[in-house]
Amino acid sequence: MAKAEIRIGGLGGQGVILCGLIIGKAASIYDGKHATLIQAFGPEARGSACSAQVIVSDEPIGYPYVKQPDVLVLMSPDAATQFTPQLKPGGLVLYESELIPKLPVLPAGARAFGIPATRLAEEMGRRLVLNIVMVGFFAGVSGLLGYESVEKAVLDSVPKGTQDLNLRALRRGYDFGRELLAQKKQETP
Amino acid sequence: MNLTKADPKGVLTGHHFMDGDHAACEGALAAGCRFVAGYPITPSTEVVERFAQRIPLIGGVFIQMEDEIASSIAILGAAWAGRKVMTVTSGPGLSLMMEHVGLAAITETPCVFVDVQRGGPSTGLPTLPAQADMMQARWGSHGDYEPIALSPNSPQECFDLMIKAFNLAELYRVPVFFMMDEVVGHMTERVVIPEASAIEIVERRWTRKPPGEYRPYAAGDDLVPEMVKAGDGYRIHITGLTHDERGYPAMNAAAQKRMMERLVGKIRNNREKLIDVRGAHLDDAEVVVVSFGITSRVSGPAIEEARKQGFKVGHLRLVITWPFPVSVIQQLASRVKAFVVPELNMGQMVLEVERAAAGKARVISVPHAGGTVHEPQEILDRILEFAR
Repeated sequence: MAKAEIRIGGLGGQGVILCGLIIGKAASIYDGKHATLIQAFGPEARGSACSAQVIVSDEPIGYPYVKQPDVLVLMSPDAATQFTPQLKPGGLVLYESELIPKLPVLPAGARAFGIPATRLAEEMGRRLVLNIVMVGFFAGVSGLLGYESVEKAVLDSVPKGTQDLNLRALRRGYDFGRELLAQKKQETP
Repeated sequence: MNLTKADPKGVLTGHHFMDGDHAACEGALAAGCRFVAGYPITPSTEVVERFAQRIPLIGGVFIQMEDEIASSIAILGAAWAGRKVMTVTSGPGLSLMMEHVGLAAITETPCVFVDVQRGGPSTGLPTLPAQADMMQARWGSHGDYEPIALSPNSPQECFDLMIKAFNLAELYRVPVFFMMDEVVGHMTERVVIPEASAIEIVERRWTRKPPGEYRPYAAGDDLVPEMVKAGDGYRIHITGLTHDERGYPAMNAAAQKRMMERLVGKIRNNREKLIDVRGAHLDDAEVVVVSFGITSRVSGPAIEEARKQGFKVGHLRLVITWPFPVSVIQQLASRVKAFVVPELNMGQMVLEVERAAAGKARVISVPHAGGTVHEPQEILDRILEFAR
């Protein structure tokens, strides 16, 4: 894709901005594309609505805001309510399926893929890495980033001592995404 | 001009995914800035936050002062102690610093004022963008002086142009304004920082004259005097009063005339050298969009769309906004139909375009109150109105 506009929405403390940072870094530093990240958050340190806007493009990026995303990454019901109506027809929704039990109505042709990222993160011992699970899921389903590029971006974005855990979280999300994609393909030949 | 290479200690060579505030800090470190005094304010806080973290490893000083007034005077003191200096703020802080902008101008102290612009007036919109301090940067302090101002439109330029800002401050011994905005400050993109050996730095113009012969405000043909620093054994007097070549107060019309002609002359005589604009499609343009900072990026898609529709539209982007590139507008005005000037304020730089165009071409303001950026469509609509 020549240009992909991505909106990531959730709550402060879930790692929404870091999720956007890793996607942007993977694209611009390791995949040789252009990427712009814009972030929005409330005054509270935890729990307020938080979102990141990432544009990944083969060409230099002018207007930096995401108005009509191609891809939504959703980690809270409020984010789902707020951002789903903005999705492009035929767009892609990646959502935390246990935090968001029911998605709003999708635009025509849009596809949605859910992952219980928080539970998967907890199973690995640290709920905190749910955002990295989501990054892996994003890479697996969207195909927008090279896996090695995302790995490198994770490695230089997370604190030392947590790198192994984060790489496992990334792999878990990625594999989950690839499997889900394969299943869906079988269902709709 | 005393050129040298950047000190590798301050240069974070490599490819980074970094926001504009952090890139501005890295630009200052690469330029040799070793003293920052500031009072943190959104959306500029990340600049000083990073400086405070990085400077102990490099060797230098960051002071979080009690307010902006103290910050702006502390940097002037540090400059006379020999450091390259900067303070960082947003509109409300810049208002408080204006007294010392004038002091920097009359004492000819090289320094950089970073303003990450947010909505105003007063406290305004702390977390949201504007470009509404442009005239304040030009005219904010009383009296006549000629500041320099630069307007980056990406994190990469926050790095690159910051080095230029410091170099210009040394070259002309004036306060230099680095006019960012909230979007550029908080936007994250790739920033490529070169090797230190690839970064040219203008060193301060230290005098070689011995004490006794040196006069602090005696200048040659370029009108820029040489400096000394405190502790080097020179007895000097630096004052905000009108002064003679020795730096002593000389409060009469003749001394004022001599000083003022030099203060404004050192910039006005170099106006053409201080032009830094980026053009696109100007050769065949009938309508030219004049923009700066984040608005130059938002204008891009509007201009491309207008050209796709067959209209001859060009783009003139101001990188150095002060001194204003009068001659560039004059030349274009004689052959284009109109200038379209979008900016995140109620109409500031458009006044300069009008002044320079002097009635030879129409000048259309596309104001925006701030809080976000223009929609490219708003700019496109105004372009098409005058391109048809």
